[in-house]
Amino acid sequence: MRPEVAEPAAGPQTDEEPLVSIRNLETYYSIRGNFADRLVGREAGVVRAVDGVSLDIRRGEVLGLVGESGSGKTTLGRTLLGLVRATGGSVEFEGREITGLRERRFRDLRRRMQVVFQDPHASLNPAMTIAQAVGHPLQIHGLVHDHAELRARVAEILETVGLAPAEAYLDKYPGDLSGGQKQRAVIARALILSPVLLVADEPVSMLDMSVRAKILELMLALKQDFELTYLYITHDLATARFFCDRIAIMYLGRIVEIGPAEAIYADPKHPYTQALLKAIPEPDPAKAVARDLPRGEVPDAASPPLGCPFHPRCPRAFEPCGWESRDLHDLLEMRWAGLAGDPRVEQEQRIVGDLAALDRPSSEVRFSPPRGRQPQEVVSLLERVRAEDPEEPFWRGVERLEAAGTHLALVFHEPREPRLEPVGDSEVACHLYDESAASG
Amino acid sequence: MPGRSRRRRALSSEAVLQVRNLRVYYGTPGAPVRAVDGVTLDIGESEVVGLVGESGCGKSTLGRGILGLLPLGARADGEVLYGGRNLVMLPPKELRRLAGPDLGLVFQEPMTRLNPLLRISDHFRETLKQHEANLSDAEVKRRSLETLGRMGIPPTRFNQYPHEFSGGMRQRIMIALALVLRPKLLVADEPTTSLDVIVEGQILALLADLKRNFGTALLLITHNLGIVAEACDRMAVMYAGKIVEEGPVREVFAEPAHPYTRELLRSTISLETTELHSIPGSPPNLIDPPPGCRFHPRCPDAMRVCSLLEPIEQRLGEGRRVQCWLHGPQARIPADGELPLEREAIGVADEA
Repeated sequence: MRPEVAEPAAGPQTDEEPLVSIRNLETYYSIRGNFADRLVGREAGVVRAVDGVSLDIRRGEVLGLVGESGSGKTTLGRTLLGLVRATGGSVEFEGREITGLRERRFRDLRRRMQVVFQDPHASLNPAMTIAQAVGHPLQIHGLVHDHAELRARVAEILETVGLAPAEAYLDKYPGDLSGGQKQRAVIARALILSPVLLVADEPVSMLDMSVRAKILELMLALKQDFELTYLYITHDLATARFFCDRIAIMYLGRIVEIGPAEAIYADPKHPYTQALLKAIPEPDPAKAVARDLPRGEVPDAASPPLGCPFHPRCPRAFEPCGWESRDLHDLLEMRWAGLAGDPRVEQEQRIVGDLAALDRPSSEVRFSPPRGRQPQEVVSLLERVRAEDPEEPFWRGVERLEAAGTHLALVFHEPREPRLEPVGDSEVACHLYDESAASG
Repeated sequence: MPGRSRRRRALSSEAVLQVRNLRVYYGTPGAPVRAVDGVTLDIGESEVVGLVGESGCGKSTLGRGILGLLPLGARADGEVLYGGRNLVMLPPKELRRLAGPDLGLVFQEPMTRLNPLLRISDHFRETLKQHEANLSDAEVKRRSLETLGRMGIPPTRFNQYPHEFSGGMRQRIMIALALVLRPKLLVADEPTTSLDVIVEGQILALLADLKRNFGTALLLITHNLGIVAEACDRMAVMYAGKIVEEGPVREVFAEPAHPYTRELLRSTISLETTELHSIPGSPPNLIDPPPGCRFHPRCPDAMRVCSLLEPIEQRLGEGRRVQCWLHGPQARIPADGELPLEREAIGVADEA
């Protein structure tokens, strides 16, 4: 069991029981593999979309869940809503365990928790009028007695979200509305049941810049009027800044940093948080400075990197971060991409041979060069590569590199998984802040 | 960042492409949609020009109109001058010959633009041989790998299929496919919209470096002003089918001349933003746009003249122009024309 998530000081009503309490939540998707695998019921692997997440959502707060695609932020939101099943851990909503609840029991809960998705165009049935779509939840839950009451309730909520006068919108179809108007209708549909928790999954990222502010302001106003709690899922730290009391940064299924919003912006601790902040284009050409962004993209969650999942992209990674065979593969590929057109590329490829041998994750590589090549040639090549760019963090992970008989032995420092630990006002999962790792 | 040195202005003598009074109308059962309505724009050699505006302002149509890639039912009129020829009048067959070696296009969704059944090497072979039929296989490979390498795609992955690459890598491959023919001009329509923030930054850095690496001019279409500030030398602001302001990026950002530009800048949310701001209303329907200045119903500075007469383009020094009555010409504004415009309030939800 992981240590309980400590309660950072900021945020409203800290002494109250949290609205949502998530502990060690795991949501794994199994990969079905090929026909033969399925025939014998064998699973080809699992994607750990949410991998041991613990966090609280306090009543009345806006918690931002921020990460790139593939970080698991959407899956976490969907698990909370019961739209996908947790494979482990616990989620308590208003003090009640909700993982493993049957769909029928969940349906009652959904009056209390609602969702707004990213794409307003896909969230509304094109064949339903706005009145039908927004009123549908009332009908599903049997909360209205007749058509007149339904229309009155819908009209009231439409006016609340700014679709006024409601008569002008009630009988329109989604196709008649603009993107911002559709998103207002989707918000109205989510609020018509008077939920306590609203999960908003990228509610403004499909909208024009000129409309985003309007929808964010509407959501902030509605939060006051309806005493809502928000889980705001986004990749955009710029909009989150206006919106969130606390922010959790996710990467490959884990929370790498969580803390009060002010702390995240004023003093981001995790190199990934720093990179996300640096990546936001600043609309001021006078201030546009060179941005050293992390290389690469979010790796495949079906076989995440050893150690810290961010280490292959991290500019500050060092010995304990989990260096391994696949990092050597990437290092050589990136070198060859940079040397494109240079005859050295083919020479080096002949010396190293097939890189597929490096694809199995391991912190100890025994590598045999292609026929007719000596392991010492590979060692010399790697030493040359190292000399050309000694600052490359990869080399800090190498403990031993030598020719051993017919093989090349490459041993990395033992990978360690960072855990969330309190640092200042936040909690961070990074070896830079972990004294035992930093000194080892 | 290399390649960041900004050009003060583009002289028309060194323009790669000159657009003169271009109109693109889409046919509908009723009146036509005037998506591009009298646009004039120069793109200089190796210059990065940003084209910004809200959705529905005609940005993408202008980008496609320049390349002659308009859908059926669209009619173009005016001039797109490239190498002494008017592309608008060119027969489709000749236009196709220019598409690739001279004019390239990078689309919004990299996921859907590569053929899933063809290896990356096949995409490059097909592209290169289409235009240079007697290229040897070795030469095809050499040129492809060189371009891919500059986009950060390693040679070891040349024979893989599109599904084996991530979204950002596919967009790099798309850009490499456009660049391998060394076009004089590349039109990139929201090239980073479906990508993650960090990958977006990586792709923008590549695009901003095109000038240095490939000598290619770039028309970058985007709704994100942060991207323009980051990557562009000059910018054109489009509203309801017209270019309402144009100038060097630094000058326009420092001192926007058109109220639409100013409001767009104010509504961009960034880490420096201290309060939220939005533009009331939404871009007009282009079948029957408002009379006078098309922005007047949403403009905080609108005067009486703005609802009556179309603004006349004014030059504001080197390379800067604006279409707005606030900048005159005084002689053409009727008596009382400068009084504030009285009008009804715009509904909260009457928006984009």
